[in-house]
Amino acid sequence: MAVTETMATGMKALEFSRRRQTQVAGWLLLALAVFVAVVFALPVEGEAAFRLTLPGDAFAVPNLTVPAQPYAYVVAALLAFFGVRQFMPGAARWTGILLGIGLLLAVTAFLTWATAGKSFSLTGMLQATVVRAVPIALGGLAGVLCERVAVINIAIEGMLLAGAFAGAVAGSLLGGVGGLVVATAVGGLFGLLLALLVVTYRVDQIIAGVAINLLVLGLTSYASSQVLTQYRFLNNAPVFRAFDVPLLSDIPVVGPVLFKQNLFVYGAWILVAIATYYLFHTRTGLRARAVGEHPEAADTLGIDVFRMRYINVTLGGLVAGFGGAWFTLGSVGRFDDNMTDGRGFIALAAMIFGRWHPVGALMAALVFGFADSLQQKLAILGTPIPSEFLAMAPYIATIVLVAGLIGRARPPAADGKPYIKD
Amino acid sequence: MRQETVTEEVLRRAVVSRFDVGQLVIVPVLAVVLALLIGGIIMLATGVGFPAIGRSYVALFTGSLGSAYAISETLTAAAPLTLAGLGIALAFRAGLFNIGAEGQILLGGMAAVVVGFSFPGLPIAIHLPLALIAAAVAGAAWAAIAGWLRAATGAHEVITTIMLNLTCYRLVDYMLRNPPVQRPDRADPISRSVLESAKLPHLLDWLEPGLRLHAGIIVAALAVVFVAWLLFRTTIGFEFRAAGLNPDAARYAGMRAGLIIVLVMAIAGALAGLAGANQVLGVLGRASPNFSGGIGFDAIAVALLGRSHPVGVLLSGLLFGALEAGGRQMQALAGVSLDLIGVIQALIIIFIAAPMLVRTIAPWALRRMAR
Repeated sequence: MAVTETMATGMKALEFSRRRQTQVAGWLLLALAVFVAVVFALPVEGEAAFRLTLPGDAFAVPNLTVPAQPYAYVVAALLAFFGVRQFMPGAARWTGILLGIGLLLAVTAFLTWATAGKSFSLTGMLQATVVRAVPIALGGLAGVLCERVAVINIAIEGMLLAGAFAGAVAGSLLGGVGGLVVATAVGGLFGLLLALLVVTYRVDQIIAGVAINLLVLGLTSYASSQVLTQYRFLNNAPVFRAFDVPLLSDIPVVGPVLFKQNLFVYGAWILVAIATYYLFHTRTGLRARAVGEHPEAADTLGIDVFRMRYINVTLGGLVAGFGGAWFTLGSVGRFDDNMTDGRGFIALAAMIFGRWHPVGALMAALVFGFADSLQQKLAILGTPIPSEFLAMAPYIATIVLVAGLIGRARPPAADGKPYIKD
Repeated sequence: MRQETVTEEVLRRAVVSRFDVGQLVIVPVLAVVLALLIGGIIMLATGVGFPAIGRSYVALFTGSLGSAYAISETLTAAAPLTLAGLGIALAFRAGLFNIGAEGQILLGGMAAVVVGFSFPGLPIAIHLPLALIAAAVAGAAWAAIAGWLRAATGAHEVITTIMLNLTCYRLVDYMLRNPPVQRPDRADPISRSVLESAKLPHLLDWLEPGLRLHAGIIVAALAVVFVAWLLFRTTIGFEFRAAGLNPDAARYAGMRAGLIIVLVMAIAGALAGLAGANQVLGVLGRASPNFSGGIGFDAIAVALLGRSHPVGVLLSGLLFGALEAGGRQMQALAGVSLDLIGVIQALIIIFIAAPMLVRTIAPWALRRMAR
């Protein structure tokens, strides 16, 4: 009887928190509607012209012109409707979707407001979005691979940084491909180290992650100031240039955004696809997930929990090492101290945001990449909003989205717990 | 689960950790020795000769403990690390991972600077506490956002605090580039200077004029006592620990989970805010971009190393402060990059967190260690 009672209390608490979450989302959407109407609709006039064609494209597409003021009013009205909808019965099911669409609409209203009377290369921005999403997506994927076997990977940041450093040094000595291989292997080594610490030596997973981050930051910065400043030829790696995928790159808008990119972008797509297939459509993947959800049960069925964890965490390290090489071999060709600059932590956020699913992490990474490139390109347009506040917007939007969408997401059941075999 | 079960669990942990000599003395000492050894190997690998390595470690020691100046530098570096570390440790105790100390330090520091330059003519007895309180309130409010989001919507505090950090960098950047915070005669991002009446007074300059040690160390020491009292002597502290050990049990025992989360985050933020105030009112005298200098992230390591116990945090804060001060000396005298200190810190954490690893490497030292 006691059990039923506590369960009922638990259900009631859950129900209550859902209702409150729905209401919070409702107020947020209403506030956003007022904001869009007052800031983006009232003072604006003229048309916003979005350029869809980049120089060098096969087919030219006419510009997309949007009358700024009417569009902003339409968006405000839609947002207000979404907000009111949250207070009506049966709203909980729609909270996440409506909040997502609402924020997207608000972003488009903002873009038309900022572009009103001018023109803006939408395709160029989307192209930059994809590029900037790559390290975050790969870092997030590394996180997914680890957490699916219940190992929390705070060390993504360190693994990315290690990959970037190894990519620069090995790339300078062996050329681009050699650099990429070494960077991936070094990432894998740090994955192996994490696995060794948390699986064999049962170090607290967060401590191990933080320690690896510190270790990599220290090692790379030390080596860079002690060695690379003296021997500059060690820090001058070739960069992988963008290449066109035949035919597909000629599709208007989509072509330049998705199919005129460098190796890392295609690599990220492919790795996400492989990881999804591996985790959800193969026997080994099923076993890996079983280890993450209920290691005791998995062990009883004859799955080697330790081996599964070693393999997956090392795989995660390999992916993160590859993603780290993006910073050097995929963009500038040289290593700078702490050049990942917190991207690993954003990747961690992307993983949770993407609900511990490779595709979800990729989508979340695209959101962050979009925000990143938006802020950069908007500096060209010159809006009255100070650029610092524009730069803040994506992070605030993430908080809102996480609060609205992800509140109910669930990590793998055994996440963070060491497995001790009797 | 009944409340007694939680009590037993808390007691068992406290008692075990209190009497385990191997865990509390031998492992940390061995960890430091092993980390320094590996640091030496890394120096060898990067072409630093044996004499230079010897000079480095002598400099590391004399720079942190070898003179009155060195000890003053160590304590100066330890104060903010301890304050922010306490905040993170408190959150750990309640089962929350507060990565947001960096942002809380920045905002707390900004609030202290604004109060610090705003009220000319106030006596130090009013002005300084006012600036400190402003810092604590700003840090608390900023951190409470993450706590409230967690309590109200279940948003994971790791994401929200990371995002609040990133937001904060931009916010501080904006404040430093615009009036009224920016110094009027400067074009670069830098704040007005804090008035003398709001500065944390230097404690030891009667001994030797260059000693930078300031009253921030007293604030840190008081904070250690406060957190220890809060955690182990009050009902609310008991609730914090219970929520961290077993949230479900705590909720069924009638504790208000949401309130606990918000309170813990607010207190953690207040402590981090004080760490920010410590930097601007005690060391820098004004705010500049990135004046937090990564203390918020080092403090995570400090909290972990101190096992989230207030006294442990104080000790690990002192250790990290000593490494910081000694590392600067090492760079100046032996020409070995300060970044090596980061490697040594990381290795110390790894060895302390993995007693089994230490036992594998040095089996003779830990014969008596149980488990």
